[in-house]
Amino acid sequence: MRIRMKFSKRGSLKYIGHLDTMRYFQKLMRRAGIPIAYSNGMSPHQIMSFALPLGIGDESVGEYADIELTGSVSSTDALAALAACSAPGIEILSFKALPDDAKNAMSSVEAADYEIGFTNDPDLSAFSTFFAQNEIVVLKKTKKSENMIDIKPFIFQYRVAEDRIFLRLKCGSVNNTKPELVMDAFYQYLGIDFDENLLKIKRLDLLTVNGQDFISLNDIGLEI
Amino acid sequence: MHLALTDQILKEVEKPARYIGGEINAIHKELCDAMIRFAMCFPDIYEIGMSHLGAQIIYAMLNEREDVWCERVYSPWTDLHKIMKEQKIPLFALESQDPVKDFDFLGITLQYEMCYTNVLQILDLSGISMFSADRNNDDPVVIGGGPCAYNPEPIADFFDLFYIGEAETGYDALLDLYKTHKMSGKFDRNEFLHEAGKLPGIYAPKFYQTHYGADHTLTSFKPIYEDLPHTIKKAVCMDLNDAPYITKPIVPYLKVTQDRATLEIQRGCIRGCRFCQAGMIYRPVRERDEKKLETLAREMLENSGHEEISLSSLSSSDYSALPELVNYLIEYAGEQRVNISLPSLRIDAFSLDVMRRVQDIRKSSLTFAPEAGSQRMRNVINKGLTQEDILKGAGDAFLGGWTRVKLYFMLGLPTETDEDLLAIPLLCNEIAKLYYELIPKEQRKGRVQIVASSSFFVPKPFTPFQWAAMDKREDFLRKAAFVNHAMHEQLNARSIKYNWHDASVSELEGILARGDRRLSAVLLYAYEHGALFDAWTETFHKEPWDEAFLKTGIDPAYYIHRERSTDEILPWDFIDIGVTREYLMREWEKAQNGVTTPNCRDHCNGCGAAVFGGGICYAH
Ligand code: SF4
Repeated sequence: MRIRMKFSKRGSLKYIGHLDTMRYFQKLMRRAGIPIAYSNGMSPHQIMSFALPLGIGDESVGEYADIELTGSVSSTDALAALAACSAPGIEILSFKALPDDAKNAMSSVEAADYEIGFTNDPDLSAFSTFFAQNEIVVLKKTKKSENMIDIKPFIFQYRVAEDRIFLRLKCGSVNNTKPELVMDAFYQYLGIDFDENLLKIKRLDLLTVNGQDFISLNDIGLEI
Repeated sequence: MHLALTDQILKEVEKPARYIGGEINAIHKELCDAMIRFAMCFPDIYEIGMSHLGAQIIYAMLNEREDVWCERVYSPWTDLHKIMKEQKIPLFALESQDPVKDFDFLGITLQYEMCYTNVLQILDLSGISMFSADRNNDDPVVIGGGPCAYNPEPIADFFDLFYIGEAETGYDALLDLYKTHKMSGKFDRNEFLHEAGKLPGIYAPKFYQTHYGADHTLTSFKPIYEDLPHTIKKAVCMDLNDAPYITKPIVPYLKVTQDRATLEIQRGCIRGCRFCQAGMIYRPVRERDEKKLETLAREMLENSGHEEISLSSLSSSDYSALPELVNYLIEYAGEQRVNISLPSLRIDAFSLDVMRRVQDIRKSSLTFAPEAGSQRMRNVINKGLTQEDILKGAGDAFLGGWTRVKLYFMLGLPTETDEDLLAIPLLCNEIAKLYYELIPKEQRKGRVQIVASSSFFVPKPFTPFQWAAMDKREDFLRKAAFVNHAMHEQLNARSIKYNWHDASVSELEGILARGDRRLSAVLLYAYEHGALFDAWTETFHKEPWDEAFLKTGIDPAYYIHRERSTDEILPWDFIDIGVTREYLMREWEKAQNGVTTPNCRDHCNGCGAAVFGGGICYAH
């Protein structure tokens, strides 16, 4: 049976990197006695995959990992067992069985919601004029190349609150758009120096597409 | 949770998870006035420090006391070091994130000499006076322990106390004494240190005076108070089954060097290799009960979720119940999908069979530590491993499918000649040749891979070689070049790879290992001029050290290139490890004549460690 877990990563645990988070979960599964399935072969590993890496220093209340079980366990029991041996800061929020035809979290994720706070009070009222530009061209660096691209189509939604900005951004295997990239462009537009360490990024949820709509990855499975 | 470092800093530094604490099984306590706060420091980065078994045992042991809260401290890496110096941020302990300066004790474990500048960094960043003599009642009591405390003299001025021996037996008395002094309401640092100095295994260096003669050697070493002991006898934990152990290992977020549960199966070593300090200072050999180990293994794995367990000891093959233990672990591991790692196994039929069961032989390599190439040289160092043993083990392994062999050697051993050096490449070649003889062409998957590494021999206190002269850097490098050249001349040179390091670090290690109190000036100078993380190749710089010797007028040659006469007073002679000086002298003599000494299981050689009243000495 395939299971999707939603979890949060908050407080000082935002400094735990993606690979370390994965290792944390592997050990957590063992401590909690979750009947997780292992791969075959000489060095078997747990069948577990994460939706989308979270940057070091970013918090989240909407992370996802899919696992496969060999035995059965109810959502309530699993959540209790996981809570009993979790570190404060990583909380497992749901534990749901996936339908057989569901794609895994990593291949279904299409968008991410972010809340962005600031430590240096930029003028956020300018964000709407920034977004009203015809295109928002940034220099995107990958391991192999540097390209000028227009990221405006990848900003699906935004909302400016008093001291923070909410963004819904394209993510996944193509055109993955990080909030830092958008903010870098915004700061350039404002004409001020950009330092990503001054942002307070919190991921709110990960979403997939269902017909015309975005739905949360958490809406796919069912409690058991 | 409140963190000592700001978001800004944590986002700037490499691997911020080193500094946040909060791991699974880390211990948090409610503070109260009566609580003794103990900062337990491993003076290297988190990933190294968290991998150290001894420090974890002490952490578990101290926290078992309700009136003690022991927390962890590691060296900030150079990036954070710089920020902390610039912004004057005090060094903090991981659990509470409180400044170390607020603690009652700062305990520093001393595992290798090259961490000494890191010790100074810890004191400096904590805002504690460098010298014991300058500290006042508000400063934590700075106490050192671990193998380097067996010659504490080069760092004696920086410590208030040293704990000499195994931590399990004496900390209660020390903490009780501290509590009495603290609760009396009129704590006087010197009074406390003086009283502490009378406890078994505790050395209070500032109450001891040294005198040196015209030839710079020690002429006297004695306490300034009559009621302090002239010799400090090491503390030994004779019953390991009763001793505190880790049942809830802290689970680091970062991938640390030893990301696994560690089971200490025994302490000490029966072998008596003459270069090996651990083999002498941890005498006599004491085993943990096999059933006890089974329970500990289960507890540690269940409580941590680790997917690997490793056996720890100086020579696991000598543990008497090894087959039972390994069989149990293999069965348990099979159910729980735990990997087993078995370092320090001698290669023989049993170990090959076990290795075949626990690991993928295509990925694993065989490890031999002959330490020397020729039989003559191995007799000198009393390494009871013959060329026959090695070839037999390697041959069996080749037939069993192994194709990779690692060999460890030392260069610069006492009495070494070029012929002994030449024997190293010859041995490597023999092993390669054996592979090609045993494995028919059509069954080979490429070449056999032989990796030989050599380190430079550094004489250590409390070994039979404590009197020996150490080679000069030029000699070392010449020898390494000689061996390297000869490796290339071998018929099977293309199957052999040879590695060696620069000798500068070995020289420094040699100076500090057998150093005396005069070296504290050198250490301080080197630290203040940029020496830090000297154990790391990427951060080791020779210049501050060279300058430090010049500026302080201390001649390194005195410490390393000089053979000591056996009637010289050595800086560490005031420590009694049970093994007698006479025994070490006898061994030194035998070494020079190439005469070997049997191991403790076969025959007791009367080393003196029987005074502790247990262990192998009474198993005959
Ligand atoms: S007294 Fe004998 S058996 Fe005991 S450690 Fe010494 S040599 Fe070994």
